[in-house]
Amino acid sequence: MTEQNTEKLGIVVSGSSNKGVEVRLDSSASVEDMVVGRYVTIEGQKRRFFGMITDISLGVIDQKLTLTPPDVSDPLTAEVLAGTSTYGTLHVFPYLTIGGDATSLLEGPQPVKTVPSHFSTVNLASDQDIELVFGKEDKERFWIGNPLDMETKLCLNLEELVKRSNGIFGKSGTGKTFLTRILLIGMLQKSQAVNLIFDMHNEYGWAGTSEGRPPVKALKQLFPSSVAVFALDEENSRRRGVSTDFVVRIGYDEIEPEDIVLLRQTLNLTEPAVEAVYQMRRKFGKNWLQNTLDLKDSDAIKDLLKELNIHESTFQNLQRGLATIRRLPFIEPHAPTNAVQCILEHLDRGINVVLEFGRYRDITSYILVANMLTRRIYAQYQERTEKAMGEDTAKPRPLVITIEEAHKFLNPEVSNQTIFGTIAREMRKYNVTLLVIDQRPSGIDDEVMSQMGTKITCLLDNERDVDSVLAGVSGKSELKSVLAKLATKQQALIFGHAVPMPVAFQPREYGSAQSYKDFISSEAEKVKEKDIEELWK
Amino acid sequence: MAELADRVGEVIEASTTGFVAQCYELYQLPPLGSLVKTKDAPVELYAVVYNATTTSLEPGRRPIARGKDEATEEAIYQSSPQLLKLLRSEFNALVVGHKQGEKLYHYLPPQPARIHGFVYLCPPEEVKEFSQSFDFLNILANTHLPIPVEELIAACLRQMAEVYEDRHAFLVAAGKELAILLSGNFNQLKAILGRIKE
Repeated sequence: MTEQNTEKLGIVVSGSSNKGVEVRLDSSASVEDMVVGRYVTIEGQKRRFFGMITDISLGVIDQKLTLTPPDVSDPLTAEVLAGTSTYGTLHVFPYLTIGGDATSLLEGPQPVKTVPSHFSTVNLASDQDIELVFGKEDKERFWIGNPLDMETKLCLNLEELVKRSNGIFGKSGTGKTFLTRILLIGMLQKSQAVNLIFDMHNEYGWAGTSEGRPPVKALKQLFPSSVAVFALDEENSRRRGVSTDFVVRIGYDEIEPEDIVLLRQTLNLTEPAVEAVYQMRRKFGKNWLQNTLDLKDSDAIKDLLKELNIHESTFQNLQRGLATIRRLPFIEPHAPTNAVQCILEHLDRGINVVLEFGRYRDITSYILVANMLTRRIYAQYQERTEKAMGEDTAKPRPLVITIEEAHKFLNPEVSNQTIFGTIAREMRKYNVTLLVIDQRPSGIDDEVMSQMGTKITCLLDNERDVDSVLAGVSGKSELKSVLAKLATKQQALIFGHAVPMPVAFQPREYGSAQSYKDFISSEAEKVKEKDIEELWK
Repeated sequence: MAELADRVGEVIEASTTGFVAQCYELYQLPPLGSLVKTKDAPVELYAVVYNATTTSLEPGRRPIARGKDEATEEAIYQSSPQLLKLLRSEFNALVVGHKQGEKLYHYLPPQPARIHGFVYLCPPEEVKEFSQSFDFLNILANTHLPIPVEELIAACLRQMAEVYEDRHAFLVAAGKELAILLSGNFNQLKAILGRIKE
């Protein structure tokens, strides 16, 4: 493998810093062995460049060859012509310089600001080069997978990753959920951050589904001591054999007008009806929802509407909408426990919280619950961070909130109103970031997309989705061709803050007994280290 | 003596780019495309045979047909033994390199060959040494000669390939050099490749 990796591929024949360089393949290197997305190093005169193959094409020295093709059944003719009269060219996009000058040696790989000189040798990147760029698995770095067709490990610095909001995108069935699970395990092990996961499809808590295979273990089974499963649908959880730590109930008095605003579309409310919500809140105070729904007597209603200057049809529209909420089984007139407080307590102790929605996976419950809880948790975090800044004490633990179907919260119409839009925009100021999982990235507000630190994307084939994911990345058209060629399963492209350059990779294995062992063993080591540390204190 | 056995003739006409040599025996010509050398101390000249003729000793006197009453061709020469002395075989060679001291150069020497210089057929090891570089192909391809260039190059490569154990590898390497040299003329390349394939 190593020997093959350092094999010479060809030489640089032309290029520009904007569009990348053209490499003419040597006759010894077969064009069919080249793969888009592979890494190469270019030995420039003064520095070494690290780049990626973004296109492969064929060339002939004389146009006559294309008009009267030679007889390649003769081995001599075929061998002579390969690499001389007919040749392959690679399009390589240099991303980094490694080694060579002093800054590269001291500060590791640097972004490229120039191109290699004419006829610089191009080699396949060796394992050492790749390790230099993507790092080794260590205390902060977590192995998430392997670059395509390579055995080297791709390691992410998760401490860095969680400082920004991140996104995982991909069509349905391309492996988003598996990737997210791996990433969550990584965060759980290698970073100080705690996770709050709104688990719409019950994939992350106890067990996850796998196409055509038995269910795979999820977080709680692997790390029972650092994960708590909260359930909205206790009965469903019990039936699935999940041991839940807490049952979430929401009281009428906990719902605020802002929660309804977000549900405007799903509840089919009109604009004036949403306005009326605020008036109701002013009028009735905390118990506005109960009171609004209880209004039955037509005279009383008439008086009230007159007083508040609300049209009758608007009021009916509002009542219909609110009735939908009341029908949700987890909504009770008075919640016996305070879910927000309980989640916060868990998070404070460093325990990751997975909120399973059970059967209530309709979008109304998901949006309502996720938005409600997050807003309150965020408010708490904001308060604590400000307090910590004022008193110069430790800030609260970094929190990563994972949401699925993100375009429902972050579409241009509502992203200004939901708490998720605010978190995505204000980012890490208050130590709260998002992990957004979505299959229609084009549905997410551009402003939010542009603020995401690291994006991981599985296969996408809708033009608008691809454009929105890749917006603003340098070498967009090159990445587009890499993205378009990803396999439909278990391949992804990562780029942004946490990686020095875009990488197409295959996520590490998840689901076999060995893979669980690998995940857990590093956790066990961490615990051991901690014990030893404490012993010396 | 081995050297004597390899001796094929003597230079009778010389120029910077080539020479003409007469064979000692009638019809004892080196094959087309073979590598020959002649000494002009301290320089050794290497040349490739590109043409050969057998003519009457006197330019104005043409041979006449003699076989009417003879049963075989051999019988003609037997009944007229003077023929072997009245006819002569000559060959033309194109200078493609030289050796000065221990060093080989694949380009023209400073001086042409000397008249009456002995011409030797190069032994296999020398052919191997000389064909380590294909720079001489450039001279072959770019000189105007009475025979087609592709014929000469193909003949030369066939001759040289004989001394290699891995004939194919040698021909492929030479072919690649030619492909670059004749990059603008694919038909010529095709013709040569057609003539050297096994």
